[in-house]
Amino acid sequence: MADRYIEPDTPELRARWGNFAWTDENAAKAKDIVARYPEGRQRSAVMPLLDLAQRQVGAELDTQGWLPIPVMEYVADYLDMPIIRVVEVATFYTMYNIAPIGRFHVQVCGTTPCMLRGSDDIMAACKARGMQKGHTTEDGLFSLTEVECMGNCASAPMVQINDDNYEDLTPERLDAVLDALARGETPKAGTQEPGRHTVEPLGGPTTLKEMVSENHDYRGEW
Amino acid sequence: MLADKDRIFTNVYGYQSWHLKDAQARGAWDGTKEILARGREAIVEEIKASGLRGRGGAGFPTGMKWSFMPKQPPLDAAGNPKPSFLVINADESEPGSCKDREIIRHDPHILLEGALVAGFAMGARAAYIYIRGEYIREAETLFAARDEAYAAGLLGKNACGSGYDFDVFVHRGAGAYICGEETAMIESLEGKKGQPRLKPPFPAGAGLYGCPTTVNNVESIAVAPTIMRRGAAWFASFGRENNKGTKLFQISGHVNKPCVVEEEMSIPFSELIEKHCGGIRGGRDNLLAVIPGGSSVPLVPADQIWDAPMDFDGLKALGSGLGTAAVIVMDKSTDIVRAISRLSYFYKHESCGQCTPCREGTGWMWRVMERLRTGEAHVEEIDMLQQVTKQVEGHTICALGDAAAWPIQGLIRHFRPEIERRIEERLGSLQQAAE
Repeated sequence: MADRYIEPDTPELRARWGNFAWTDENAAKAKDIVARYPEGRQRSAVMPLLDLAQRQVGAELDTQGWLPIPVMEYVADYLDMPIIRVVEVATFYTMYNIAPIGRFHVQVCGTTPCMLRGSDDIMAACKARGMQKGHTTEDGLFSLTEVECMGNCASAPMVQINDDNYEDLTPERLDAVLDALARGETPKAGTQEPGRHTVEPLGGPTTLKEMVSENHDYRGEW
Repeated sequence: MLADKDRIFTNVYGYQSWHLKDAQARGAWDGTKEILARGREAIVEEIKASGLRGRGGAGFPTGMKWSFMPKQPPLDAAGNPKPSFLVINADESEPGSCKDREIIRHDPHILLEGALVAGFAMGARAAYIYIRGEYIREAETLFAARDEAYAAGLLGKNACGSGYDFDVFVHRGAGAYICGEETAMIESLEGKKGQPRLKPPFPAGAGLYGCPTTVNNVESIAVAPTIMRRGAAWFASFGRENNKGTKLFQISGHVNKPCVVEEEMSIPFSELIEKHCGGIRGGRDNLLAVIPGGSSVPLVPADQIWDAPMDFDGLKALGSGLGTAAVIVMDKSTDIVRAISRLSYFYKHESCGQCTPCREGTGWMWRVMERLRTGEAHVEEIDMLQQVTKQVEGHTICALGDAAAWPIQGLIRHFRPEIERRIEERLGSLQQAAE
């Protein structure tokens, strides 16, 4: 199991988050989300609603967002379920941040396929910038986590930063991405390998070459 | 080599748009109404005849799985018929696997059409696509593609004008490998921790919300419409007996050009690597070992894998498996003990904690693996570790315990001398220091 620790419930935390409620926009989203599940099964919506709540907290704090206990209570109330069932879910799934986090959550994949392609160097590059696993840099910009396989193995090594993946990394390419983020820019997501489109072999696909330049319909050749 | 005209995922690299009209121009949603008009039985029979085996790892015949769904819906306590559900497993998290992501972000309409065809064939009321939480942009595409299909009348009430009502919903996970296990996925969909259920009851009897449910991998569902259009005989013309069809292979690690590519089942390993991946880094002689089907299957040493057919039976014969066809290649620069130890850490991290042998065993195995990596162990501990893997394997509710055990067993089977060498080397250096 992953080692994770929930931020303690304190009077300060209650004072800060006790009045949490959906924004108008998120209230509409929450309603849509609950409608995806059958009548009487609204509890199924707990995962998407926790994600929505985390994003709302993040928008408020200008970070990736996290889930203070009072926010979990709000979600529990909203879905009419016991708070412990919500806490269980929030602590079980690693994408819910159960402690405060920085502006950019740098998640370095360290599982074997990335390791074989140099994720040690990527992690070292993060550390060289003053990041530390499980911590946020003093300027509040970067939080570092080593994560398990993110499913980008054919374009490894990779990091996920908030909602975007940066693939085919080298320490230099990672530095360029992080520098751009720190400057408030939006670096190009996806592969960082010049000339590579997505997960085709480097140098161009060995198959389906017609597709590169046109939306080819192969049915005529059946 | 598979001809381009026989590839199902023609936009796998995303050079073209995923939007509905572009997907339709490539052949998606073509004659779906006519496919449904052939009836439930006919679709199941066609899929059975195609020889399609589940693409999520276990390789269970897909048509047969569909046929397990009840023909007449069971009744609930109030005497009303229960709905049935199709759950599509897009929780792609097996280390090495990265194929469903390409389907979802580059050709989501193939998947959505497959959901309708498969859902209709099993009499399901709706499909839930459970996509792993980390696929954030991919999920955005999938939500948008779903909305396009609804707007075009392809899904929802009277889907494709077939007279059949069918809904598709997307549900995002939040970072738990275990939710790829079908009953854990169902638990998670119900808003709980993703901890696997004991079977029986099997999902086809009592799955999501206690209703009949079938869980299928993204690729298994996405290939179904093309099989229906081109016929079982076409699909079955690829691959060896019992290993039919085309397959997305994902090659990572020490090849010159890692990639995802659709190929014929049973393609020899050497051909896959030489044709699509630019060969092994440093040449064929530099190959050390291969994990041919994602982290859960045992590794295969270089000399055994080179000419092996990449299919279920061919790799089983080598004491490994095809799994998800996630081929992790390791050359001679690899610290092989560390490569496997890192997988042990993965399973420790992902154990759901429900069964003691797995909860305690995965951590224990990882700690011993770390000592074997540095040589800080006794030779007898290799056998002890082997024994412990046997005590975890087969003694847990789900297969995560097995999956944690197999890579270690594969390492000991093929690389025992290397582990012993490290222990002896360390002992030697300790003795030297003492003198």
